[in-house]
Amino acid sequence: MAGKIVLCRCEDVTLADLEHCVSRGYRDIEEVKRYTGFGTGPCQGKECLAAVATHLAQLTQQPPSAIPPFTSRPPLAPTPLRLLARDPGAHRFPDDPETDRSV
Amino acid sequence: MQPVFDEEEDSSRADVSGEIRLPATLEGAGPLPERAEIVIVGGGVIGLAIAYNLARRGLSNVVVIERGYLAEGASGRNGGGVRQQWSTEINIRLMQESVDLCRRFAVDLGVNVWFRQGGYLFLARSQREVARLEKNIAIQNRCGVATRMLDPGQASDIVPELDLSGIVGAAYNPSDGILFPWPFLWGYARQAAAHGVRIFTQTPVGGLEPQKTGGYIVHTPRGAIRARRLINATGAWSPKLAAMIGVDVPTYPIRHEICSSEPLKPFLRPMVSELTSGLYCSQSMRGEIVGGVTIPGHESTYGMGSTMQFLATYARRLVRLMPILGDIKVLRQWAGLYDQSPDGNPILGPAPGHPDFFLACGFVGHGFMMAPILGKLYGEWLTGGAPHEIFGRYTLARFSDGSAAHHEKEDFNIG
Repeated sequence: MAGKIVLCRCEDVTLADLEHCVSRGYRDIEEVKRYTGFGTGPCQGKECLAAVATHLAQLTQQPPSAIPPFTSRPPLAPTPLRLLARDPGAHRFPDDPETDRSV
Repeated sequence: MQPVFDEEEDSSRADVSGEIRLPATLEGAGPLPERAEIVIVGGGVIGLAIAYNLARRGLSNVVVIERGYLAEGASGRNGGGVRQQWSTEINIRLMQESVDLCRRFAVDLGVNVWFRQGGYLFLARSQREVARLEKNIAIQNRCGVATRMLDPGQASDIVPELDLSGIVGAAYNPSDGILFPWPFLWGYARQAAAHGVRIFTQTPVGGLEPQKTGGYIVHTPRGAIRARRLINATGAWSPKLAAMIGVDVPTYPIRHEICSSEPLKPFLRPMVSELTSGLYCSQSMRGEIVGGVTIPGHESTYGMGSTMQFLATYARRLVRLMPILGDIKVLRQWAGLYDQSPDGNPILGPAPGHPDFFLACGFVGHGFMMAPILGKLYGEWLTGGAPHEIFGRYTLARFSDGSAAHHEKEDFNIG
């Protein structure tokens, strides 16, 4: 049954995957993220973090308050490179053209 | 000033792990053992590679203590590049051996690290950069590395998506590669533990107490442990640990940022890098484009925040080089610390006047790729083998006795 309960829809991480991860000794939520890949897809944990943390608390017999969220990483939402490249704050190297047609 | 999204160096994370329970026989967290033959401080790839090699060669009672979780430092934050394109013969030869070990890693350590030899393509935008590559290629060829100089058309044959305007040449070595850093650490940790090494995470060192009879008492919140020898494998934090016993390690932390895109169908074989900006990018086995760029002039810091300036600079250089990537979305960015050494080379062996305090630091952002061979050589040496020449050359003493001046600097720390 645990193999059919999906916790992270972006990366297809199931409850069984989480149980396996904990059984291998990876219990810190940052380690769980890296071992299972949960929270590394397009939502970056916005949909799955609470579900994983809840089950992780149960599996490791801790109160939910003992499990902080993993470090959230910018950008806030998936952002195209072309848009980022237009930011005027970009560092200019000596060979960077003043205006860049490609961006 | 660009806004920095703070990522605190010390988190108030709950203590959830304790002793890493890898094989079932090590089940259960607990206090540190009373004593150890060798205590390795730092559960990154360098510390774990050394621990594995010590234990594999029969040394019992090795303990690794890690301040945070495994892969919390630079070992979990790097781009996974593994290359033999270096500028000095000694580093080229070391990396040839490291690549061989990477090829066997999955079999030797029982974990898939997704090592993929797609080559490294260094792009030059000036004749000066071409000359720099040519000089290195001559040394690499002499060592048996098959790097060759390509004209822009040949570079385009390898990566057709490149915009060649401004590119005047490229260096290409097909046997360089990339790997997935995290499982690499887990492989070392598991196999070290299987050979009797005890690994404690969430265990910061609070103090070191030298003993009259040699060795140290290492104080941690989990208790004290008496170490006959101690290895400092704490990366950018090496000077701080060394300072606890009054040893001056002349390395300093430099923040480098990196980011990852949404996954794409595999199309990019080599790691692509341009010398002008330190831009690099590769496609991981998960399909993401992982890369970074070096913005010059950043001062030393232990901060690991992310900046918009990095993302904008990376995007601008990457879209210029590969316009086809313009519509690809960045999913996340993060940062890690280079342990910057004055001459670009590592610092190894005992600190002068402190024969039981060993260093394994100063890798300038390239410790991950050197760890397989470094761990093997360190393990051989500390279990009675003859010291490899790196231990005579990459000493801490070289910065004070003038011998550093007689050695070549490593000037090819790109990215």
